[in-house]
Amino acid sequence: MRASARPATGTRATRRRRVLATAVLAASALLLSGCATAADGTAGPAAGGSPGAGHTSAALSGDLTIFAAASLTDAFTELATRFGEKHLGVTVKPVEYDGSSTLATQLIEGAHADVFASADQTNIDKVGDAGLLEGSPRAFTSNVLEIAVAPGNPHHITGLADLASSGLKVVLCAPEVPCGSAARTLLDADHVTVKPASDEQNVTAVLTKVGLGEADAGLVYVTDVTAAKGRVDGVPIPDAAKATNRYGIGVPKAAENPAAGRAFVAFVLSKHGQAVLARYGFGSP
Amino acid sequence: MSRDAASVPRGLMIPAFVALALLVLPIVGLIARADWASVPAAITSREAADALWLSLRTGVTATLLCVVLGVPLAAVMARTGPRLGGALRTLVTLPLVMPPMVGGIALLYLLGRNGLLGGSLTAVGISIPFTTAAVVIAQAFVAMPFLVIAVEGALRTAGTRYEVVAATLGASRWRIFRTITLPLVAPGLLAGTVLCFARALGEFGATALFAGNAQGVTRTMPLAIYTAFNGAGVSQQSAVALSLLLIAVAIVILLLMRGWRAGAVR
Repeated sequence: MRASARPATGTRATRRRRVLATAVLAASALLLSGCATAADGTAGPAAGGSPGAGHTSAALSGDLTIFAAASLTDAFTELATRFGEKHLGVTVKPVEYDGSSTLATQLIEGAHADVFASADQTNIDKVGDAGLLEGSPRAFTSNVLEIAVAPGNPHHITGLADLASSGLKVVLCAPEVPCGSAARTLLDADHVTVKPASDEQNVTAVLTKVGLGEADAGLVYVTDVTAAKGRVDGVPIPDAAKATNRYGIGVPKAAENPAAGRAFVAFVLSKHGQAVLARYGFGSP
Repeated sequence: MSRDAASVPRGLMIPAFVALALLVLPIVGLIARADWASVPAAITSREAADALWLSLRTGVTATLLCVVLGVPLAAVMARTGPRLGGALRTLVTLPLVMPPMVGGIALLYLLGRNGLLGGSLTAVGISIPFTTAAVVIAQAFVAMPFLVIAVEGALRTAGTRYEVVAATLGASRWRIFRTITLPLVAPGLLAGTVLCFARALGEFGATALFAGNAQGVTRTMPLAIYTAFNGAGVSQQSAVALSLLLIAVAIVILLLMRGWRAGAVR
């Protein structure tokens, strides 16, 4: 950095540098304040969560913080709203959606949530294995893959075998992430070899590329196709059940409001909660 | 150097120390938590070698592109009137304030199959997304401002005195640029090049969206690190190992450039 310090003698350069410094300061202040709210999302009377208060709808109060896998976005936003309507004493915070792996890492590193809903078993087990989960996680729903294509299916793709065609640009999730490992399981089961143009980091990235027309086809979850109706069409895979993704849910031990967390988990597992999930294309657990 | 240090007011030492701690401690944290037993395997894997080689190739290419195109732009900016110069500076700074993801989307909208220019490119058989060229373009897009702003600042500081004198002595514009302007701004150019290369090496968001993530083609180190991080379990440790490798390579390159500059000054 010594090199850059030299030309700074001119007043203009100095001023510009000062502006830059202010901007950096402001940015870090924003960042810090962001951390602060995330760290003490407590505020509410978390102590109200007496043990055993889980199954009654009475006496629930305080804030409810939910961490959920990105693929649950639409379904959980509705579930959270419904839950808030049933339990007026509870302030349901906007659900935090991210990749299951990111959320698991945040929880392990000390983030507070009253509910963690993961898109797979691995990531919720990781939190459980670290001793940070109340009891063992519950499977609450499932998802299968579908082929996402441009609206109207211009390349007339009818099944996995068509994806092997060299003229097609196919994008998959990276094998490291759940949608990617499921995609490979299915392709292997059907003895189809695909050379993907890209191993995307998550389903959203696959959808974006198919939706923009940069890729001709991609493997995503049925629920993603439902959510992206109009931007992409879905081609069902007959034996998709061979690579079913099972979602796990649990209440972290570090929950500020475990009573509300348990009640929300019970709500998701209830007939009513399952019906909401089914409407967004999710399968039974 | 020691006199410079002595002239810094004592009161500045504390914030300076906090700043240094803010920058360095997270890296110490990364090193402290690394699972050293798994580091050798992770950084010698085929995947790591591919990603590092790709990162170095694309980072160098993007930096060269930025120097070749960015220095002339900086010269134009520094030597035009305040209004045009100010407007150009704003335009050049835009990529800095844009989240790189947005940069990636913007590049897709321009050069993608259905993009503003991409449509015509596709018609003549050129497809940029998912290629190594896309990586270089994404890196140049996010890194160029660093170079242009550094060089432009240096040019303004250097002023036009020597250039005017050379012109009165009959030197051509091109000769003045080569023999006076460039040597005068060499330190600024070097600083800008270092920043530019560092930014290109760390570029992630625009690459992920615009270029994709295919091993050996578009998966640079940052993408390899993120891909590894996304995998549950063991692969997060390889994400840390790959990060350490990237940091080590960056330090070596920065030290080399520093040494080169020290030599040049003497």
